[in-house]
Amino acid sequence: MSNRPMSDRHALEAGSQPPLLYPPYKSTVKRAPTQPLIVIPERFASLATPVYGYLPIGEADNDLTRQHAGEPQGERIIVAGRVLDEDGRAVPHTLVELWQCNAAGRYRHAKDKHPAPIDPNFSGAGRSITDAEGRYRFVTIKPGAYPWGNHDNAWRPAHLHFSLFGHSIATRLVTQMYFPNDPLCAWDPMFQSVRDPRAQQRLVSQFDLSLTEPNWALGYRFDIVLRGRDSTPFEARV
Amino acid sequence: MSEPQEPLVASASQTVGPFFHVGPGASDRCGVLAGPGVPGERIRLCIRVLDGDGAPVDDAMVEIRQADADGAYALPPTSLEDPPPQFAGFGRLSTSKDGDCCFETIRPGAPAHADGAAHVTVCLFMRGLLRHLYTRVYFEDDLALDRDPILLLVPAERRSTLLAHRAGDGATWDFVVRLQGPDETVFFDL
Repeated sequence: MSNRPMSDRHALEAGSQPPLLYPPYKSTVKRAPTQPLIVIPERFASLATPVYGYLPIGEADNDLTRQHAGEPQGERIIVAGRVLDEDGRAVPHTLVELWQCNAAGRYRHAKDKHPAPIDPNFSGAGRSITDAEGRYRFVTIKPGAYPWGNHDNAWRPAHLHFSLFGHSIATRLVTQMYFPNDPLCAWDPMFQSVRDPRAQQRLVSQFDLSLTEPNWALGYRFDIVLRGRDSTPFEARV
Repeated sequence: MSEPQEPLVASASQTVGPFFHVGPGASDRCGVLAGPGVPGERIRLCIRVLDGDGAPVDDAMVEIRQADADGAYALPPTSLEDPPPQFAGFGRLSTSKDGDCCFETIRPGAPAHADGAAHVTVCLFMRGLLRHLYTRVYFEDDLALDRDPILLLVPAERRSTLLAHRAGDGATWDFVVRLQGPDETVFFDL
């Protein structure tokens, strides 16, 4: 077994990354490119292009329950984990951004028309920087499920959105974190677009009693794995 | 001798959805890459995103990365205490109801350490994209287009989809991303 990380193409073939066109998720039909992507060989790629993370992190940026005058409604949770690359090495000092709906399943967003209450004490966005061992930590509220128009009786499972930069342009990742044993995942085309069971499992956080704080909040562990340093494809495909 | 370890499975990409809200308060500032002290030719790079029906995509998040006027990239901070560079070379905006967004920046210089044409790397996120897309903006009047190694990987008849065009005032450059259709933009796999 080679320890070279899989190229993106191999990851696609193995089902550990979703395809661009996935008709059960209707919005992909008019938005997925129809032409094959053109591979930039590693020797040409400006992988050292800047990553993001220059903005200072505010004191309450990683605690979404302390960003307003009062506490938000809902079940307080702690979400923490490590950011690693495919070789298991920590990714230190990288920006982790999180956004989510509130406990009632509503985003604080002009386009969200779901008739559930907006929580004046919850913006639903946070930021954190990983430490030298790649660790991050957020305090937030467990998001609610919400309906969407994709198919008959469609509901999104409770989820947090994560955005990460890593240390090169090729490691940029936006993903979602789901909760253990959520029955809605079985009907969710975004979750189901990832066919490889190990990769699906990677999207589901684990309840962790050691992260849980007595009389305060349940803890969920969510480790995020970014592409490796050498994972660009090595042959051209046009 | 240690056994090689099986690589970890990379986390799967997922859509940003229509309701992204990244970085408290940060999005307002991410449309201006170059403050007054940054050397270079000031430009306004306007990127419009159209779907397979030619309809504007009004819920996209557009990120750009570019070199400075000398063709050099800002290096990532090595410590959290490092001061931010004057020109970090990164921008991020949401598209408007017309499917566009405009960055106030400088025209990048030709790559400092490679032969080729100046370009801006664009990263697109939106509802309906389970994985983000990369494309590149080149400038239509750049004399180095014919020898750019990445453009030469692109079939000749599709290269024009990667060109930005100078608009009326001379300082604005328009770039259209077509997700599908006869003039579908070229997207790259890094």
